[in-house]
Amino acid sequence: MAHSVDRAHSFSPHHEYGHNGHHDLESLRTFGFWIFLITDCILFGTLFATYMVLHGNTNGGPTPEELFEMPGVIAETFILLTSSFTSGLAVLAMNRGNRKGLIGWLAVTALLGASFIALEVTEFAHMVQDGATIGTSAFLSAFYTLVGTHGLHVSLGLVWMTALIIQLARYGITPVTKRKVNVIGLYWHFLDVVWIFVFTIVYLMGVMQP
Amino acid sequence: MTGIIPVTGIKRKEEIKMWASIKEFASEFFVTGDPLIYGADVAIALTLFAIVFVLTYFKKWGWLWREWLTTVDHKRIGIMYIIASILMLFRGGIDALLMRTQLAMPNMEFLTPEHYNQIFTTHGVIMILFMAMPLMFGLFNIVVPLQIGARDVAFPFLNALSFWLFFWGAMLFNLSFVIGGSPDAGWLAYPPLSEMSHSPGVGQDFYIWGIQISGIGSLMTGINFIVTILKMRAPGMKLMHMPMFSWSVLASCVTIIFAFPILTVTLALLFLDRFLGAHFFTLDGGGNPMMYINLIWMWGHPEVYIVVLPAFGIFSEVVATFAKKKLFGYKSMVFALMSISILSFFTWAHHFFTMGSGASVNSFFAITTMLIAIPTGVKVFNWLFTMFRGRISFFTPMLWTIGFIPCFVIGGMTGVLLSVAPADFQFHNSYFLIAHFHQVLIGGVAFGYFAGLYYWWPKVFGFKLNEKLGKWAFWLWNIGFYVCFMPQYALGLMGMTRRVNTYGWDTGWWELNLVSTIGGFLMGIGFIFQVWQIAHSIKFMERDTTGDPWNGRTLEWSLPSPAPLYNFAVLPQVDSQDHWWEEKQRRAQGLEPKPAPPIEPIHMPKNSGIPFIKSFFWFIAGFGFVFDWMWMAVPGLIGVAACMLAHSFHYDNDYYIPVDEIKRIETAARGAV
Repeated sequence: MAHSVDRAHSFSPHHEYGHNGHHDLESLRTFGFWIFLITDCILFGTLFATYMVLHGNTNGGPTPEELFEMPGVIAETFILLTSSFTSGLAVLAMNRGNRKGLIGWLAVTALLGASFIALEVTEFAHMVQDGATIGTSAFLSAFYTLVGTHGLHVSLGLVWMTALIIQLARYGITPVTKRKVNVIGLYWHFLDVVWIFVFTIVYLMGVMQP
Repeated sequence: MTGIIPVTGIKRKEEIKMWASIKEFASEFFVTGDPLIYGADVAIALTLFAIVFVLTYFKKWGWLWREWLTTVDHKRIGIMYIIASILMLFRGGIDALLMRTQLAMPNMEFLTPEHYNQIFTTHGVIMILFMAMPLMFGLFNIVVPLQIGARDVAFPFLNALSFWLFFWGAMLFNLSFVIGGSPDAGWLAYPPLSEMSHSPGVGQDFYIWGIQISGIGSLMTGINFIVTILKMRAPGMKLMHMPMFSWSVLASCVTIIFAFPILTVTLALLFLDRFLGAHFFTLDGGGNPMMYINLIWMWGHPEVYIVVLPAFGIFSEVVATFAKKKLFGYKSMVFALMSISILSFFTWAHHFFTMGSGASVNSFFAITTMLIAIPTGVKVFNWLFTMFRGRISFFTPMLWTIGFIPCFVIGGMTGVLLSVAPADFQFHNSYFLIAHFHQVLIGGVAFGYFAGLYYWWPKVFGFKLNEKLGKWAFWLWNIGFYVCFMPQYALGLMGMTRRVNTYGWDTGWWELNLVSTIGGFLMGIGFIFQVWQIAHSIKFMERDTTGDPWNGRTLEWSLPSPAPLYNFAVLPQVDSQDHWWEEKQRRAQGLEPKPAPPIEPIHMPKNSGIPFIKSFFWFIAGFGFVFDWMWMAVPGLIGVAACMLAHSFHYDNDYYIPVDEIKRIETAARGAV
């Protein structure tokens, strides 16, 4: 066996060829996820572009300044930024081989994510109660769709993270679960970056006096 | 006792009421009133019945499930893509012939205006999204792993999911023909026509969900092949050693991952307008219909390059093989592919110069459009120089390639005419445009994929296609093409606009229209010849025992036909372009082939039913959204989520093929290891 491994290495200059000339599947999957993130960037980019074009078309309905209540939004922002930090701590715990720490920090991340979603849903519910619905104006259509798509991404991430916590409890830290944690970490940081743009372009620029 | 009679009376009344409401529902649910559609209903029912009967009679249900519906083998997925796309070509072609029949003479009453609108809409959608795309993905699947010396694509499970999403999306779209009514707002569904205010029926919703579901599949295929090509090439194969078809696939997939998310968003926004009463593209509420037109073409223009780039790759392979020369200008070819894929994102507004964006915007897009002609011209010269002083053999793949060059050059020239913004105000939405894009899409894409299909057919199925019937098909298509579309350039300049369903005697258009219709039917006969050719070749099978019937140059021809499950028993060590050709030259000189490393167990993915089931749940969800039936859409989405979780929790999804088994398969296929 040792002989064949040597052989495999001697004729495979690429680092992708690991044991026996086979591809390292987990690193392929992580790479694939990076490319998925590119597509998700384009998706959000298109939604941002739509928002930028339509945000002035308030159709006699509420304007961004009248609508947005910044304290809640700032709270959401801090919660999400903190959750990004804790997801980083989870990866650090994993790299130390600390399964309990990993699961604990992932749970904290998920809890913070859930509070973010709860705040966002409350914010939306208030707006709808005040009569600002998706059908009120083009501005509100674009607003709910952009911010809602981000919220939907976070919610999906929560389901995914919960499933991953169960898998970690069941199988421990293996190459497969390790890749999964790394990938969800990437996803989570990505959503954080998107939120920074949402916060700046939608909320801050919305309430700024012209 | 007296009370019983009125009760039954009420019951009967209720029954009658119920039947009446069922009848009313059915008359709205099913498309009624058109003999053509009743004919289609009967044909569909008979076909389904025949399929079920054959599968049951020969006890093939288990086989179908185990060998095909759950397969993750790229070669089988490729075959399924190709079968589906040929069926779609048939349907899109029938649509085309119905339109040409309606336009053959003035004042024809063959199709009603409503039916005509539906048919030009479905013709466009089917030909681009459900014919060209799957045929392209079929060729990707069949060729790329073999050509770069890989055992499968990077993500075989995802690959199967992509296929089934395409399949169920296409089914949903085609269902609109008999259930609910087809979309009729044009192939790109411009608002406000496609909005609830103007198209309240379910047709547009079929359009949105059919394309959305299959579009997600296309996006994932794009990701899959980028990773496959960048990470899974055989040891030693540098990017600049890669066969040109694989390069073109890379260029196409890079374009896919940047373009398709835009389509996803655009369709989702249109859906929100229709479903939740949002105001993205409506005329009221501050909506902006031109926003949609910009967005859809930001996807739509790259989309045409997505489908044509792989065709360029096929021509490059075919030309080098049949001229028996190394491809001329390899590096410039790569450069041209990549620059086209980038430039394709900067030309979208040339589809609506008449929108009124102003002279400077129009000039920008006119110039970027003209720029694309440069790399394309480079490619044409490269193909010509590859043929120059080559020993050309005129097999069918080469015929399609040679037929393509003049056709595409004319189509490209008229494209440059269209790109001149001031002149475009005359050409816009006329038959001149129709002739132009059919010339590049049929002459470029369809001819290219036919060439590819003929070229790789022996590799996929292990037998060759009959050359004589293939030549008939080629000439019928090629002559039919010019007869059909050359008159349309003239018609466009004479003032005939696209999407008119009829015209009067006083227009002076009828002679050219009649000629055009004759050309359309010639291409239809060409298609029949191709079907005949396939049937004939299956019956009088001419087996390809060599694995290398064309004396090819790239790695796929080093394998037996059809390739074994694992493709390569031992991964080849590549050190040049045209590796297999070089290897054959070495052997001809009497040099010993390099000693192959010993065979080792091969790691393979297990089959999975999840892609099929999950895509079916998407279909259920899509159908529910089309009819606003939340009781159907919500369970559909829950099914999708359950499938995703089931896959995430499934850890046992691979196995090893033992060495003895590999040796046995190799001996059977090659005679010796």
